[in-house]
Amino acid sequence: MEEDIEKIREETKRWNRDCLGKHTFRKSETDWGLEIKPLYTVDDIRDINYLEEIGFPGEYPFTRAPHPSMYLGKLWTMRQYSGYGSAEETNKRYKYLLEQGQTGLSVAFDLPTQIGYDSDHPLSQGEVGKVGVAVDSLADMETIFNGLPLDKLSTSMTINAPAAILLAMYLAVAEKQRIATEKLNGTIQNDILKEYTVRGTYIFPVGPSLRLITDIFEYCSKHVPKWNTINVAGYHMREAGATAVQEIAFTFADAIEYVNAGIKAGLRVDDFAPRISWIFNTHNNFFEEVAKYRAARRLWAKIMKERFGASDPRSWMFRFHTQTAGSALTAQQPLNNVVRVAFQTLAAILGGAQSLASCSFDEALALPTEDSVRLSLRTQQIIAHEIGVTDTVDPMGGSFYIESLTRKMEEKIIDYINRIDELGGAAAAIEKGYIQQEIQESAYRYQKEVESGKKVVVGVNSYQVEEPLPKGLLKVDPKVGAIQIKKLKELKVARDNQKVESTLLALRKTAEGNTNLMPPILEAVKAYATLGEICGLLREVFGEYEGTSAI
Amino acid sequence: MNQDRRIRVLVAKPGLDGHDRGAKVIARALRDSGMEVIYTGIRQTPEQIVDAALQEDVDALLLSILSGAHGFLFPRIMEILKEKGLGDILVLGGGIIPEDDVPELKKLGISEIFGPGMSSQTLINYIRENLSQG
Repeated sequence: MEEDIEKIREETKRWNRDCLGKHTFRKSETDWGLEIKPLYTVDDIRDINYLEEIGFPGEYPFTRAPHPSMYLGKLWTMRQYSGYGSAEETNKRYKYLLEQGQTGLSVAFDLPTQIGYDSDHPLSQGEVGKVGVAVDSLADMETIFNGLPLDKLSTSMTINAPAAILLAMYLAVAEKQRIATEKLNGTIQNDILKEYTVRGTYIFPVGPSLRLITDIFEYCSKHVPKWNTINVAGYHMREAGATAVQEIAFTFADAIEYVNAGIKAGLRVDDFAPRISWIFNTHNNFFEEVAKYRAARRLWAKIMKERFGASDPRSWMFRFHTQTAGSALTAQQPLNNVVRVAFQTLAAILGGAQSLASCSFDEALALPTEDSVRLSLRTQQIIAHEIGVTDTVDPMGGSFYIESLTRKMEEKIIDYINRIDELGGAAAAIEKGYIQQEIQESAYRYQKEVESGKKVVVGVNSYQVEEPLPKGLLKVDPKVGAIQIKKLKELKVARDNQKVESTLLALRKTAEGNTNLMPPILEAVKAYATLGEICGLLREVFGEYEGTSAI
Repeated sequence: MNQDRRIRVLVAKPGLDGHDRGAKVIARALRDSGMEVIYTGIRQTPEQIVDAALQEDVDALLLSILSGAHGFLFPRIMEILKEKGLGDILVLGGGIIPEDDVPELKKLGISEIFGPGMSSQTLINYIRENLSQG
């Protein structure tokens, strides 16, 4: 074999010189600066130890897949990130999507909900129900899931700073549906560090935010064992401009911080690590995206085993949700986005996603309509059933290019993680502005490449056409804010306000102490204390995070 | 305007939306083109934005918004600008704003709305041309 490799290497040199060398060709490189060769051969993967680095699906280091049979055993969960307007409208959209064959829900909350303000707060003006559904109290949550049996659903909630409260509301809905919390399946995003860096829906300072997270880890490990208690999020970093390498590196750095926090809070790593899940962004560069997920699976397994000494194989497993790239969609010639979404969806599947949401083609213009979101779901279904890519596990494994790229990306990700370790970990690196700066640099470089034409974006800087105004876009009912405020007023009259007061008092005492916050939050939620009341109280006790705005 | 003075621009993110990639990229591009740029950071109220525009004595105000709350926040900002006597500042909007909403926003005195895919050079040229006329 060694001799063969030597010969192949010599022959490759000859080919480069005598054959390729006679042609003019374009030089390409990745966004993070790796020169991509015109041709990859077995020589590029000769020093990869198959058994150690690639191995078998469902076994350490999981490069090929987290589960042995992958899509032959179970297709990925098809979710579409959705939610808008009122709880009633959102409930209707969910029922529609489930009828169309969607297999899980992914709840989008509006910005006031994400930042812990009720719909009647002055800062909520103009924002209620716009980018997601408005949730002021348990009453809204009951409406959202009305007629949807929670034991038969897997629900992912994109909620971070007030995640504990929305999770408590979900648990309370389950109780009303007489479903044991042990049976609940789903995920809360609950990743606060990336809010400080790129997404901005933070509320509390770092310390109390991490406490809320570890309290959820602990509570769920006892009462909601199948719940994914954190969904560490690279998606938003990529949307903010991070490269594929930065996306994984910064997300892993954040996750390392959460694992450290859990251990520091006295939890055993194997008690919560299996419930860590992920959300990433599947972008346009097809092979890079496939390699990215393979590298991430391998590296996370190593981090958990070697760095944290986790011994449960489930703690080593990297299972991820991904959504296709919103920022890669264009407002120009929006139908082209159908094609982009299909390729990104395919890359996510070849990368081994457990759960997937595909953007809709009109999302650079507005929230998706019923028709556009159905088309995206159909895209997933076509890939699942018609084109044969789910017929074997990790079909891209062994490609000279993919394996080489997987290795190179892993090395680059490790470099970043080492750098963040030197800075004192993710929280310290964020405090110093390092992660934000790195992402901003990448975003600016990308924009310059698009504007200079170095990077072709079809319909935007090339192949442009004059276009008529798009028709039929979704518009959120402008009355939703007023209706929500009216409901809130009625709620405050109808509920037992003495009970609200006493549960809030109990919550305050817990917040001032150091026992688990989940039980008193659950009691307050069940008494129909509002999200704004609960977050307002916690703001008083914990203080608020002050953002930075360096450019 | 005085030729010796560099163009001063305030880039602002009104409302609760934290997606500021576009705002930051634009801020960098304007700065690289020689303008003086102040960025407010995210989650600014209309009052805070107008105060910053007043204090920084800017020539242009760029409002970036993706959350769909422009229908409330833009009119409010224009109203306070007028109250404070800053009605002549060049105000531009950017982000995800449906084209149907644009005529209404222009009626309020917002000079132009730039959507996704716009090049920073287009914006730079627009600011230069419109301020030199003023």
